Amino acid sequence: MWEYTDKVKDHFINPRNVGFIDDFDGMGEVGSLACGDALKLTFKLDDDEKIGDAKFQTFGCASAIASSSALTEMIKGLTLEEAAKVTNDDIAMYLGGLPKEKMHCSVMGRDALEHAIANYRGVEIKEKEGEIVCECFGITNLEIERAVKESGLTTVEDVTDYVKAGGGCGNCHDRIEEIIKAVSSQSITERQKLENLTNIQKIRLIEETLDREVKPALNKDGGDIELVDFNNGIVYVKLHGTCSNCASSQLTLKNYVETKIKDLVSPELVVEEVAQ
Amino acid sequence: MKTIYVDNNATTRVDAEVLEEMLPYFRENYGNPSSMHTFGGNVAAKISRARERVAALINAEPEEIVFTSCGTESDSTSIWATIEAFPEKKHIITSRVEHPAIKNLFEHLSKKGYQVSFVPVDKKGNLDLDYLYEHLTKETAIVSIMWANNETGVTYPVDEIAATVREKGVVFHTDAVQAMGKLEVDVKNTAVDLLSLSGHKIHAPKGVGALYLKKGTKFSPFLIGGHQEHGRRGGTENVAAIVGLGKAAELAKNRLEASALKTAALRDKLEKNLLERIPNSMINGDTEHRLPNTTNISYEYVEGEAILLMMNEFGICASSGSACTSGSLEPSHVLRAMGVPFTAAHGSIRYSLSDDNTEEEIDFIIEHTPPIIKRLRDLSPFWSQRKAS
Repeated sequence: MWEYTDKVKDHFINPRNVGFIDDFDGMGEVGSLACGDALKLTFKLDDDEKIGDAKFQTFGCASAIASSSALTEMIKGLTLEEAAKVTNDDIAMYLGGLPKEKMHCSVMGRDALEHAIANYRGVEIKEKEGEIVCECFGITNLEIERAVKESGLTTVEDVTDYVKAGGGCGNCHDRIEEIIKAVSSQSITERQKLENLTNIQKIRLIEETLDREVKPALNKDGGDIELVDFNNGIVYVKLHGTCSNCASSQLTLKNYVETKIKDLVSPELVVEEVAQ
Repeated sequence: MKTIYVDNNATTRVDAEVLEEMLPYFRENYGNPSSMHTFGGNVAAKISRARERVAALINAEPEEIVFTSCGTESDSTSIWATIEAFPEKKHIITSRVEHPAIKNLFEHLSKKGYQVSFVPVDKKGNLDLDYLYEHLTKETAIVSIMWANNETGVTYPVDEIAATVREKGVVFHTDAVQAMGKLEVDVKNTAVDLLSLSGHKIHAPKGVGALYLKKGTKFSPFLIGGHQEHGRRGGTENVAAIVGLGKAAELAKNRLEASALKTAALRDKLEKNLLERIPNSMINGDTEHRLPNTTNISYEYVEGEAILLMMNEFGICASSGSACTSGSLEPSHVLRAMGVPFTAAHGSIRYSLSDDNTEEEIDFIIEHTPPIIKRLRDLSPFWSQRKAS
């Protein structure tokens, strides 16, 4: 039996926003019956160009249904620009995590959203850009690269869990291995480039990382984080909400924020909390 | 919440009589059956009794029974022992629908230089016997065909296959784990050389199995160690579990007919009602040749794991052949081998009954399943497309 969080179970048993918006502004469809999961997402914008309503129909397992339900809840009230930034990890985090083998369910959510936004903008997402690596599930090198980059995947099994590639006959395992190697050597060079960045550029990168990787987790517990300053390799942050008077906030900072910053920006950086 | 357990092909509840007979072998009669003293000797005598009872279940001689730790060990022992006995033969035969204990072992051997013939099945899950016989040659070391399928309950003509295989002078093994206690198995009437059975499928505890080894069959032990099991399986005996298996075998033999009648009646009621009340549902597997306790039903356009979790909310325990339940991405190899379409394979549910099930439980499942399927179909884009078209 899978270890699902209470939030996954809740969104599975009581899914939010089930259905289809007939006069939708954008619609995205991904997956197929053969794959074992599929999602049809529709949204409607309100007068401020924000997503006023979003609905889904999903064929799939509990985590596919829960991920779809979570996604519709997450994007309501966002502008399309904001919604476009939602990643599969955000969806998984919103649900308090998904079993590793089920991460592809959250990826399906992200993909459907991307298709729906493209549909609204009248942009054609070229189905299957790049070359097919996994013949069994029709997954391209670009899809694998993106998953490896975004979620920091390091093994073929990880890739299978996230995007299904390699889960069938297994003939593409060597090719997936090559992609993982190529991406990891690429990210090392990107990191080395950090030294050549100006301070402003570094701050931007730190801020982006906080927004993407740290804030959603803190927000979940009613807290927030703000970047106050950056000087001599020290990242000064201020905690808000429940985090500011939380006894374990020091632990949160050291263990979580600093690990993320070191991992994703530069291992040289240190995080310090600024008093209120 | 009451648990309604219809997953007896996965495992069964230990019978109260079985447990009672086991208990003294933990705290009181804890001697080692290999010891010289009477304290241990009494335990050895009880193991002999268990051996007789297991032998009686399949009409074998007691000395033809080797106790193992599980069905998988019995399977592995059979295959490895035989290919080791015939090192010059590099061809082996099995079916496409075996339990992973055989399937994965044969796939492993195919990477180790063995040529493996996987016998296909038709839409109803029946074996292509012509294929089997065409591929059976003097170069074949062993043929392993299960007695009954764990997922669909489909049974195979083991009598006929075993006789044909023996005529060719080839060793025949059958994984009879699912047949035990549900069908009559008589090794004197069937030309089987090796047969695997498992305790926890017949109301004995987990962690014990047995291997029938026909007298005169070439054999070398899988677990090499002490002289236990007449040197055929090293390792101190799992005494209490073996005692339990002995009792369970006796009960299974005595109850065989009544149990088959009871479970078949409940199974048929369940099956009939679910098919009538739920559109786009179908049985997987040949209903003419099937275990009395099993039905495998596909609900189109919904996914099995989601169905199971909804059933779980009502305390109903069953299994699915969907990809998502296994952690792999492909639905059941058994259903795929039968050519069950994807629309149905992902939404397959196996109900496997036992003597313990009651009519009220079956009524409860019949009442609660249709709304579950409807609810999930209402979520499914394919169902609304289907309705629209």
